Amino acid sequence: MNVQVTINGDKLGADVEPRLLLVHLIREVFRLTGTHIGCDTTHCGACTVLLDGRPVKSCTMFAVQANGRDIQTVEGLEQNGALHPLQEGFMAEHGLQCGYCTPGMLMTSKAFLEKHPSPSEDDIRWAISGNLCRCTGYVNIVKAVQHAAAKLRAAAPAGGAR
Amino acid sequence: MTTARTTPEVGGMGHSIKRKEDPRFIRGKGTYVDDVVLPGMLYLDIVRSPHAHAKIVKIDTSKATAVPGVLAVITGADLAKYNLHWMPTLMSDTQMVLPVEKVMYQAQEVAAVLATTRYAAADGAAAVDVEYDPLPAVVDPHKALEPGAPVLRTDKKDKKDNHIWHWEWGDRAATDRAFAEADVTVKERIYIPRIHVASIETCGCVAHFDKVQDKLTVWMTTQAPHAIRTVFALVAGHVGLAEHKIRIISPDIGGGFGGKVPVYPGYVIAVAASVLTGKPVKWIEDRMENLQADSFARDYHITAELAARKDGTLTALRIKTLADHGYTDAAANPSKFPAGLFHVCTGSYDLKAAHVEVDGAYTNKPPGGIAYRCSFRVTEAVHTIERMVDIMAHQLGQDPAELRKKNFIRPEQFPYKSALGWEYDSGNYAGALDKAMQMIGYAELKREQAEKRKRGELMGIGISSFTEIVGAGPSKHFDILGLKMFDSCEIRVHPTGKAIARFGTKSQGQGHETTYAQILAEELGIPAADIQIEEGDTDTAPYGLGTYASRSTPVAGAAAAVAARKILDKARKIAAHLLEAAPDDLVYEPGKFSVKGAPNRSKTIQDCAFAAYTNHPQGMEAGLEAVSYYDPPNLTYPFGSYICVVDIDSGTGEVKVRRFVAIDDCGNIINPMIVEGQVHGGLTMGLAPALLEEIQYDEHGNVQGGSFIDYLLPTAVETPKWEVGNTVTPSPHHPIGAKGIGESATVGAPAAIANAVVDALWHLGVRHVDIPITPPKVWKLLREHGVKD
Repeated sequence: MNVQVTINGDKLGADVEPRLLLVHLIREVFRLTGTHIGCDTTHCGACTVLLDGRPVKSCTMFAVQANGRDIQTVEGLEQNGALHPLQEGFMAEHGLQCGYCTPGMLMTSKAFLEKHPSPSEDDIRWAISGNLCRCTGYVNIVKAVQHAAAKLRAAAPAGGAR
Repeated sequence: MTTARTTPEVGGMGHSIKRKEDPRFIRGKGTYVDDVVLPGMLYLDIVRSPHAHAKIVKIDTSKATAVPGVLAVITGADLAKYNLHWMPTLMSDTQMVLPVEKVMYQAQEVAAVLATTRYAAADGAAAVDVEYDPLPAVVDPHKALEPGAPVLRTDKKDKKDNHIWHWEWGDRAATDRAFAEADVTVKERIYIPRIHVASIETCGCVAHFDKVQDKLTVWMTTQAPHAIRTVFALVAGHVGLAEHKIRIISPDIGGGFGGKVPVYPGYVIAVAASVLTGKPVKWIEDRMENLQADSFARDYHITAELAARKDGTLTALRIKTLADHGYTDAAANPSKFPAGLFHVCTGSYDLKAAHVEVDGAYTNKPPGGIAYRCSFRVTEAVHTIERMVDIMAHQLGQDPAELRKKNFIRPEQFPYKSALGWEYDSGNYAGALDKAMQMIGYAELKREQAEKRKRGELMGIGISSFTEIVGAGPSKHFDILGLKMFDSCEIRVHPTGKAIARFGTKSQGQGHETTYAQILAEELGIPAADIQIEEGDTDTAPYGLGTYASRSTPVAGAAAAVAARKILDKARKIAAHLLEAAPDDLVYEPGKFSVKGAPNRSKTIQDCAFAAYTNHPQGMEAGLEAVSYYDPPNLTYPFGSYICVVDIDSGTGEVKVRRFVAIDDCGNIINPMIVEGQVHGGLTMGLAPALLEEIQYDEHGNVQGGSFIDYLLPTAVETPKWEVGNTVTPSPHHPIGAKGIGESATVGAPAAIANAVVDALWHLGVRHVDIPITPPKVWKLLREHGVKD
């Protein structure tokens, strides 16, 4: 079957088996390997990408289900050489160690902050509870998201962030 | 060390410089093994056993080979032609690569399918038809040792039972005497269950045998690439794989925690498939394979006894343990220590007598005995002594903090020879506990607890004052398959004063690219930003035993300092030549040699590097390079004190960790930010087995926790906001006074949580609860002790 998607702003297409998982389309057909696979059962969130702006576990979706839709992956966060505030936050606050869960954490957090510009610590912990990290103990991931939230709020036009 | 000796720009020890690894990871530009794709690459998928114990009657591959894209099905019989169907374990037992006669645990590898795509390989695996004749499964290690139990290892001709080995240590007579003379003794059965490291990246490899070059390159998830290369050469030498024709590349690793130390059958089958076909072969396990078949940790059935005088002076410890090893002893321990370093079980206490016995048993479960983010069996030791000390304190009606302080090894007793023979390097145990008590407000918490108890509310305060033993290890006692446990650093300083350094270890998230550069910056005065660190490629890095058991900083970190000092020896001679002074007349501060009494006459390390290639003294070799293979004189003994506060919901049995204060002492600190991050992660991997994780089996050997549906890793919601701090007691024998930090928290945390839970329930008559302390377990315990809904 033919599938057409917009991925990080680029229009890409491929002929794929109907059963091809979205994560394999992204990683193996389009060779965007920042999106990882950790559990195959939707629990760990290493494969999280944004589909029309909403976080999805790409290991449990078929590629064809994304036909005609917009996909954002970790590779699309940096714009014109400028890191996304979340990427800066993760570096500044030591929010990553082995780096394997990081792309999924970044994408989940991006979608979350777009809807919740001033989250409490509890809000953040619930928001990332579908993304497992085995290295950091989450404390610094929470700080990284707070770091980014503050930066995004400061950059947002008056009247509230988006 | 309290203040940094170098400027932030140089970024030596004590600076929280940002990690060199991060720019690639936050962009999704790391290279993990599944990201490696080679032209013409084939995919391997594995057929696994549904039975825990069964004869293989027949393997029918005809349907599988008919699947489009499937090239071959590999069975044990195929490997047997090359004598590759069995392989040695790290403990010199034997393990099947693929079975010929029978399977020994559920999810064991039975056959492998080679195909042109990942999906075709999976289709092929599903189409392999295996006929089994089930055999009775031996699941309980106690029953495994009973007379008449089915003998599992029928491959070993003279084996008449399921007993693997008996190991004991300490003075039995002195211990028995101390128990006979004791005023008070306590005894408890403690089970430390089977768990799995569950790194978020599973295991896998890409094996590429180049028939023209006659060279095998394997990208693989390994914590010990050099040792793997040697093992491959020793095991497969007879089929033509010589060590100089094997290159192991350990790329970015998505978490290791001990699970990526062993050689799994999947790696070996992928290598064999690539050698036979001459094509690259990728094998990546899925999460269920990872949890069900890869090496487990722990699974120790412990009976512990502690003796004391009436005043609370601890006198002796006696431990008997049954270790469930699964069907083969594939533990990742140094050769001489079948129970690892379990005999550090006297912990932080000045016990005069101790005796410990461990027996290993075979069962129909996957093999293992790896560490789960701790040095060899140290969590088992710490959990036992910290639980027993707490039980003794409660039994005597004493405050657990006071009882600990009364019995701590005192600072002036170091170096301290323990009753079980270890020489502890340094420590200030009361210092760490005092700091933790102050930080958490211990006295106030005690008052709050008394108030709440009057109201029937269940609140507990638990302490763990652990001592670790890491940095294996001195060559006199430590080897793995005969390979001594040194580690290495090789430094090359380039003409323009920048440098590259390579190591025998392999980071899996610890941040070696950053911290090793900081050690070198500290010694050489070359900015950490100017030093490239590489590990994991056996063709370029010096030989080393790898990263596990918190050994990288204690061993390879020491090698870095020693190699840097060799560089400085030569740089000093070059500086003397440039300054027309005698080498002994120069004084050194990081990055600069100057003439005694004439500080303006000086040369930087960069000046010396340039001269080493452009203007070196006559009679001296050009270049500025050094290598060190560091054999540590002793292990290091990090320690700490943790205090945990829990609230228990008597209606649901849920244990909520309200606060957790961790004071760690890992000696001198290289990067405070990274140390704190290691402690946060370690604490979370301590919380996990304390409250959530266990891999259980039913009576038929069916695994009950084989996916993330049943095997619960802590999320950000269950994980408390850790409160951490530190004291600094340098290691006297380590070149930079460091001790290692990666695993302390995993070792120390479970006992603090378990002690807090029992503290909350002691007045009801509860004396012990095994981890994981799940809501159903607590709910049942509460009902058994008279708490009503």
